[in-house]
Amino acid sequence: MNTANDLLTIRNLTTSFRIKDTYHAAVDDVSLSLNKNEVLAIVGESGCGKSTLATTVVGLHNEVNTKVSGDIFYNNQNLAKLNEQQFNNLRGNDIGFIFQDPLSALNPLMRISEQIEEGLIYHTKFTKQQRSERVLELLNHVGIANPKRVARQFPHQLSGGMRQRVMIAIALSCKPAILIADEPTTALDVTIQAQILDLLKTLQTETEAGIILITHDLGVVAEMADRVVVMYAGEVVEEAPVKELFNNPKHPYTRSLLNSIPQTHSENERLEVIQGMVPSLINLPREGCRFSGRIPWIDASSHETKPQLHEIAPGHFVRCTCWKHFHFEGEEGGGTV
Amino acid sequence: MWKTIVRRIILMIPQMFVLSLIIFILAKQMPGDPFTGLITPETDPARIEELRIQAGYYDPWYIQYYNWVINAFQGDFGQSYTYKLAVSSLIGERALNTFWLALLSTILVYVIAIPLGMIAGRKQDTLYDKSITLYSFISYAIPTFVLGLIFLYIFGYRLMWFPTSGTVDVGVEPGTLEYYWNRLYHLILPAMTYAILATTTIIQYLRSEIIDAKTQDYVKTARSKGVPMKKIYRRHIFRNSLLPIAAFLGFTITGLLGGSIFIETIFGFPGMGQLFIHSVTSRDYSVITALVMLYGFLALLGSLLSDIIMSIVDPRIRID
Repeated sequence: MNTANDLLTIRNLTTSFRIKDTYHAAVDDVSLSLNKNEVLAIVGESGCGKSTLATTVVGLHNEVNTKVSGDIFYNNQNLAKLNEQQFNNLRGNDIGFIFQDPLSALNPLMRISEQIEEGLIYHTKFTKQQRSERVLELLNHVGIANPKRVARQFPHQLSGGMRQRVMIAIALSCKPAILIADEPTTALDVTIQAQILDLLKTLQTETEAGIILITHDLGVVAEMADRVVVMYAGEVVEEAPVKELFNNPKHPYTRSLLNSIPQTHSENERLEVIQGMVPSLINLPREGCRFSGRIPWIDASSHETKPQLHEIAPGHFVRCTCWKHFHFEGEEGGGTV
Repeated sequence: MWKTIVRRIILMIPQMFVLSLIIFILAKQMPGDPFTGLITPETDPARIEELRIQAGYYDPWYIQYYNWVINAFQGDFGQSYTYKLAVSSLIGERALNTFWLALLSTILVYVIAIPLGMIAGRKQDTLYDKSITLYSFISYAIPTFVLGLIFLYIFGYRLMWFPTSGTVDVGVEPGTLEYYWNRLYHLILPAMTYAILATTTIIQYLRSEIIDAKTQDYVKTARSKGVPMKKIYRRHIFRNSLLPIAAFLGFTITGLLGGSIFIETIFGFPGMGQLFIHSVTSRDYSVITALVMLYGFLALLGSLLSDIIMSIVDPRIRID
């Protein structure tokens, strides 16, 4: 059940995909919660299970060959147990979703007004007149200068930034309590990214919605998030308020991610990278610390055999014990606790 | 858009010109002359020679070409040597027959193929889908003349449900309602044969378009809005999947107007296909040139028609 301040509570959520007759967990025993009026960022490289987590929450994952276990509590309902019909009442109404690529996420054959209106048809008792008024109001709200004209246009007639604004208008059409934004700025160029983030931030403060922001861009996290969950290979490896995470990152994976952000003022001209890559679902080691393979210079004994999340400061959780002994390759040994 | 259509039609003039030139030159290379078929043992060779000079047989080719084109513009493609009829009226009658056959065939093809394709795509990998795919395999593998003969035998001779040849029964008064019914009645069997064979491509095309559309992001968006799957199929998936099918329509119609040699031969249906094959085997070259010109024109018209249809159904394509 949800506690007083929680909007959404995820408990032990596991989403597995069937590959050649075996199920492999893409999201492995994840627990987290989203508070009211909060932006929760989920970060990690591609293939870490961020998007799978987001789609599972709203039941948008591919149902064939997929197994979901665990609980997702929202408004005294367990979303993990809903059927399609119940999900349809919830999607768009209580939970809005913003996708990565606004061009492919919009139907090329439908006018903008029709696409925004669609959610209203199923979740409100608005008349046609009221719906078109609401469409114009929404377009205006997401900062589109000429709502009347844009409403009549088709997606291909709009710029990338405009399309993403339209996507946001769609997601907000029924005033959802939760907004899930899956890499909302990845497909946009940098100046537009900033505008879209500003818009999201403004709208969030206005509507007091909880936002789950999925991204691999730590710049976006720093700008937007209140709290950050770092995922690696399907697991949460670190969770902390945003300031704490940037000032005091603990888990080797988090530190490596932060270390690989290019620094404009740094004298180091080398672009830091993390060795290796996220293991594919089939090759993922399910025993021990999942990140150990990418930091082979760290002594194997510093990992836990069954890595757990430890609360090392209020609200700051880190998985495994290896962070205590972590140092970047070539640097002098860590060991500073 | 009207400007573009007019421009495209104007552009067809040079294309038709080049086509006519090639056809004319090729036809000139064929052995024989217009009088070969008229010669009998009693004919005086001097008289033939006189006729040749009169008809302009010894004129330079460009003069002949010029005369041919001028006449063609006036609807005069010369005389058929074997039918002893004006080519234009010969083709006109056949074209009308073929037109009705083509129209009914096209309607049947789309009426059968679109629902089947939709079911196969929507219920992918179920028994429905597999049965439809089996049907597709069979209809794709059967040659036209085999299916035509089977239909003719079963429905024509055995069950006697449908007439076995011709376009209309003898003695039916033209212009009456009964006359039109009778003509339609004659069309059904050949049109069914064509339709059953031609559905395969459209069914399989539509099926794969739907399967592809199902995984598109805009479907996910629609689901994230809480739209029920049934409505998503209708509003999003089908609309997008039908685009390429609509684009085919122009070519299908004009392609069918060329006539089907097999079907027309088997069902004794006096259409364009039959006329074409007959004119080739009997070297009736005034008919051949006229028909090839017509086919060329239909092909150009088909692509224009497809472009126009596309611009109507797909907002991303604007021809202006």
